[in-house]
Formats: sequence, C-alpha cells, structure tokens
Amino acid sequence: MATTSENVRSNLPPRASVSAAADQSQPGEQLDTKTVGQVTVANPVMTARKVNVHYGDKHAIKDVSIDIASNAVIAFIGPSGCGKSTFLRCLNRMNDTIDSARVTGHIALEGQDIYDKRQDVVQLRARVGMVFQKPNPFPKSIFENIAYGPRIHGLAANRADLDEIVQTSLQKAGLWEEVKDRLDHPGTSLSGGQQQRLCIARAIAVDPEVILMDEPCSALDPIATARIEDLIDELRQSYSIVIVTHNMQQAARVSQRTAYFHLGDLIEVGATDVIFTNPRHKLTEDYITGRFG
Amino acid sequence: MSDPTPTAAMIDPQAQAARGRATREKVAASLKRRYRAERRFQAYGMLAVSLGILFVFFLFYSIVSKGYTAFQQTYVKLDVTYSAEDIDPAGRRLPADLEQGNYQAVVRAAMRAKFPEVEGRATLRKLYGMVSDAAYLELRDRVIANPALVGTSETVWVLADDHVDMVVKGQIDRDVPADQRQIDDEELGWLKKLEEDGRIDKRFNRGFFTGGDSREPEQAGVLGAVMGSFFVLVVTLLLSFPIGVAAAVYLEEFAPKNRLTDLIEVNINNLAAVPSIVFGLLGLAVFIQLFGLPRSAPLVGGLVLTLMTLPTIIIASRAALKSVPPSIREAALGMGASQVQTVLHHVLPLAMPGMLTGAIIGMARALGESAPLLMIGMVAFIVDVPQGFTDPATVLPVQVFLWADSPERAFVERTSGAIMVLLCFLLVMNATAVWLRSRFERRW
Repeated sequence: MATTSENVRSNLPPRASVSAAADQSQPGEQLDTKTVGQVTVANPVMTARKVNVHYGDKHAIKDVSIDIASNAVIAFIGPSGCGKSTFLRCLNRMNDTIDSARVTGHIALEGQDIYDKRQDVVQLRARVGMVFQKPNPFPKSIFENIAYGPRIHGLAANRADLDEIVQTSLQKAGLWEEVKDRLDHPGTSLSGGQQQRLCIARAIAVDPEVILMDEPCSALDPIATARIEDLIDELRQSYSIVIVTHNMQQAARVSQRTAYFHLGDLIEVGATDVIFTNPRHKLTEDYITGRFG
Repeated sequence: MSDPTPTAAMIDPQAQAARGRATREKVAASLKRRYRAERRFQAYGMLAVSLGILFVFFLFYSIVSKGYTAFQQTYVKLDVTYSAEDIDPAGRRLPADLEQGNYQAVVRAAMRAKFPEVEGRATLRKLYGMVSDAAYLELRDRVIANPALVGTSETVWVLADDHVDMVVKGQIDRDVPADQRQIDDEELGWLKKLEEDGRIDKRFNRGFFTGGDSREPEQAGVLGAVMGSFFVLVVTLLLSFPIGVAAAVYLEEFAPKNRLTDLIEVNINNLAAVPSIVFGLLGLAVFIQLFGLPRSAPLVGGLVLTLMTLPTIIIASRAALKSVPPSIREAALGMGASQVQTVLHHVLPLAMPGMLTGAIIGMARALGESAPLLMIGMVAFIVDVPQGFTDPATVLPVQVFLWADSPERAFVERTSGAIMVLLCFLLVMNATAVWLRSRFERRW
C-alpha cells in the first residue's frame, strides 16, 4: 500500500499554495483545495483530485479532491442535490452511461487513473462494486443473481467453485441462513431488506476492492436498516466502503470518516466524530445541527 | 401554523364550529354530484364496449351464416361403365394411355343412361352440365390408380355443378319464376328426379381445403391461398423480426443521440404511416424490376411486407426496451457487465414480451394485407398450390378479393368461407405468439 501511495503522489503535480486543510493533512502533500479538514489519508485506495462534473450546462461537482481510505467506511452527507451521488458515480464511471455528463479531473484507483483511455471500464466496475438506492436484484433466481458476476468475469472454473462463491458471498452478506434452502427462488421474492443484502452479496461475489453504496437503506425499515449497518461494519474488514446517506445518525454510526457536500462543493471532510462533534465550517455545522437540509 | 400569533387564539370557537358544519354540508352535496358523474362515465364506457361487442358479433354472424355452406358440397351418384373403347382403345393399359382416355364420354353415357328420354344437342349439353367437369378427373384418377376397372361398371359419387349445388343448398330459390332464376325448369325436373332416387347428397367439402383456385366454384379451394399466405409470412417474420429488433436495440441502447439518429427516428415513425400500396410499388420497382426476382412469388411478397412491417416492429420494440426499468441496466453495468452483455442478458429478455406483441401486430397486419401484393402480381389466377418461395402464389385476402369479384352465385359462400379460414389462420398465429410471450414473461 505504501508504494502505491508513493505513486499517487508522484503522479500529482507539485502544489505551491497552502490551503486551510494543509496544516491538517499528511506531511508531504499539499493540496490546492477550499475543503476544510483532512482531505488526504495515509493509506488511500482511491484518490480524487480536482474533479469536476458537468451535466450539459449544469456544473454539478466543483473541484472536489478527496482520498478514500482503504478498509474504512467514508460517508458522504449533504442536502439533496448537493452532488454526493454524482461524485459517488464518478468513482466507478457509472456517469459514462449519461450522455450529457462530462467528468474532468483525476481519479485514481491504487495509483491508476480510472479515466485513462487504457482503463477498461468493465474491469474497473469489477474492482469498484456498487449497491444502489433501491434494491435491484435481477429477475432471476437468488443463485443466478450472485453467480452472474463471477460468471461474466470468469471467476469460477467449475460448478463447485461457483457454488462456493455463491455460498461465501451470501454468508458474508448475512443472508445465507435465510435463503440457503431456496436458492432457486426468484430474487424479487425476498423482502426489501433481504433484497438489498442480496445486492450487497452480488457486489462482493466478484471480490471488489471498493464498494460504493448509494443510500442503501433509504427504502428500508429501521430493522432492515440496522442489519445492513451491522453488515457494513463487518464488510469494512475486507473492503473499502463509500456510502452516501441522508441519514446523519447512520453516517455517525457506520463511518470512520465523513465528507460534507454542499451545492457541488466538498465543504468539509474529516474523522466522523470530529465532523459531528466539532465541525469547523459554518455550513457543516448548520447542516449537522439541522438548521437546513 | 408554524408561528403561533395572538390572532390565532382569538378565533371564536363557535364560528369555527359553524364553518366546519357548512364545509361538511357542502362536501355532502358535492358528493352526490360526483357519484352521479362517476356512474355516467361508467355507463358511457359500458355502452362503448357493448357497441363494440355488438359489431363484432354482427360481423361474425354475417360471415358464418353466409359461409358455413361452403364447407359442404353437393355430390351426384352415377352408375358409370368404364368402356374399354372410350378409355383405352389401344388396349395396353399403360398409365400414359389411360391418362389420354375419354372420360367425358363415360360420364355422358352414365347421364344419358339415367335420362334416356333426353334428346337434342342443346338439351343434352344442358344435361351433361349438371355434373362438374371435376367428375372426369375423378374418374380418370380412379382408373389410373386401378387399371383393372376398365371394362367394368361401378357406382361413384361425383361433384355436382355449382348451379345444382346452389339449388340444393337453397341459395337459388326453386319457387321464383323461371326467367329470374339461373336454372331452368327442365334442369329442375332432372334434379328432382335425381333427388327422388337418392342420388343427390351433401358431403363435407374436402376439396375446399385441399384444392387450389378454379374458375369453377365447385372445384375452387383455399389451400393455394393458405400456402401462399404461409410462405409470405415466413419470409416476413424471418426478415422483419430480427432486423426490427436489431435496429431497435441499436437505436435505443447503442446509438449516440444526435441529429442523424433523430432524423432516423422521425423517418421510422413516418414510414409506419405510409399507405401500404406505396410499399407494393416500391417492391415492384426494386425487387422485380431491379433485382429481377420472379413475379407473383411469395418471396417478393414477403420482402414487400417486411418493408411494411419493419417500422411497426421497430417502434414496438423500442417502446419495450424503454419500459425495462433502468435499475436493471444499472445493476448489470455496476456488476461490470459490458454494454452488450447488459443488453443480451438482462434488457432483451425483459423486453421480449413487448417485442413479441409488436411482432404479433405487425404480422397480423401483414396477413391481412392485399393492396401491396396486387402491385407485385400476387393477384394472378393461380390454380396450382405453391410448393415453395418462388412459385407463383396468391394470399388469402387477395383470394377473398378475387372471389368476391366473381359473378357466380356459388362464390359468395366461398368468399365467406375463405374469410373464416383467414380468421382461423390469424387466430392460430396469435395464439402461438401469446403462448411464446407468456413463456418469456418475467416479473421484475
């Protein structure tokens, strides 16, 4: 990991200006950014620098720079339309599917620019998995839902391998005990919370490095939400997780770092307990204390 | 309500209650009106549905009541003698000789034997006209199948002529004055005698389902037209469905959204509204004139109908693709499926029922189409049942048109009969498509 971070830094042009974040950030890197707090981390798996997103004429993301730490959960919070989901979708190039979207800047996964022409988008999405707001299992059996990813990427040599992958993925997602007797039932027959865990199992079946979660609990009841949150905490051991959420308690519960977005700007980022107890930016404080949002 | 001001506390509770009552009364009064409007609206709907059902019922009644007689045909029993000098003067019993035999003489002799009192050339010709020309062919086939018959006698049922058939079926009234009916008193007398002898019978009309077209109504069948329609639709389906689906998938899933694709989209929508006869002219100019394909061939008919059906299938397929929830696409792309994999594994299976619906509509239209096929010569009088895609053929709707245009009374029932066959064809085709669709249908 250390060598990779070295690569990242050497890829970046030297910055002269000293920002408000500079005194807090890691020694050796100085970022030209308005963002308050700790933008960089010692062990980043992904780094974003000066990312801008335009939807046609709309400037949706403005000069966002941030590191995603490995084996940790980072939560993106902010009012509706602040661009947190847009930024999340930049991390596995899901914005490519939107014709009017234009992404500039530099995003790297373990030092490799993911917007590079040589970067294969299929390979990227196998390494950066995604879980969506609304549970969206394929209209196929539970088994087929999990097996689809390993199958298209050729991860299983034979049927036994595939069974093994399906079982471990479902176990990691905490769904195995509930569905092991009905793997041939359609994925859509499960409850909402189970469907979302099925989607998480599907994402981890291809063994990604990063999992992006776009408000994964917004369609679920509190009990299902609690189960997903526990699951996220467990998954942190093996994966780096980025979660977008509207629920500040959830951000506080599951994440180690929190980033606050406002109208396309990344206002403040830092350790979750610092952001929630001692925000340094006025906007962050207003949002956290419920003055708007 | 968010900022409680002093005025809020000053509202008179009694006035408030009175206003509440008044509001409730107003709502109660309006309720009655709303329910009335609702009932009225439902009544309009029911009226429209029952009118529709009535029309359909009337249509079916009219067709079936006119056409069911086409499935029966009148036969005459004849005692024929296969005299050797008529059939096989050379006496060699070779099939080639037997084919050349004078079976007309055999039939005529049988008729003369039945009515020995008839004399005079004109009267005799009238007598011979009571049985169909098909009778000679029938006897010939029997003799060729069994040469031992030559020189013997037997009793056979042969087809009656169409005007006899019409009288037997009651379509020509025996009671109207002779100058207004198509059969004269003499013929009626002979028919009466035959009936009294039990020599007239109505039997199931096999020939209608196994024969090609004919100038003689009693010999005319729909098989030629059914096979023609079948070959045309096979060509149409094989070409228009894959091409239509491929075009829709490309336009919907892969093509960039720009001026050119907008133009293509507008043109596809316009093509769907082009009168079908224009496609017929196009087919005549391109497929027959330019490419030199045979005229009257199901191949060309299928190509023309493909042009006509393509826009319908493309539009329906694109609508079906659009209705696939984007979450499924996102799920597949998010898993790292390539765009082609996403489309083939997830989007296309979900869109398939909708695409099949489009195909059903397109094919049903193609089956009922006659105008463009007139332009490419599929209106020709063709007796032989087509055996392939390049044989001259006609199709069911054109056959209906041809028969409806014929002066003989007996073609009226055949026209309705052909319409019934056409409707059955359509029913079978749609049932297959619905069955296919239900197999593809999946919940999401």
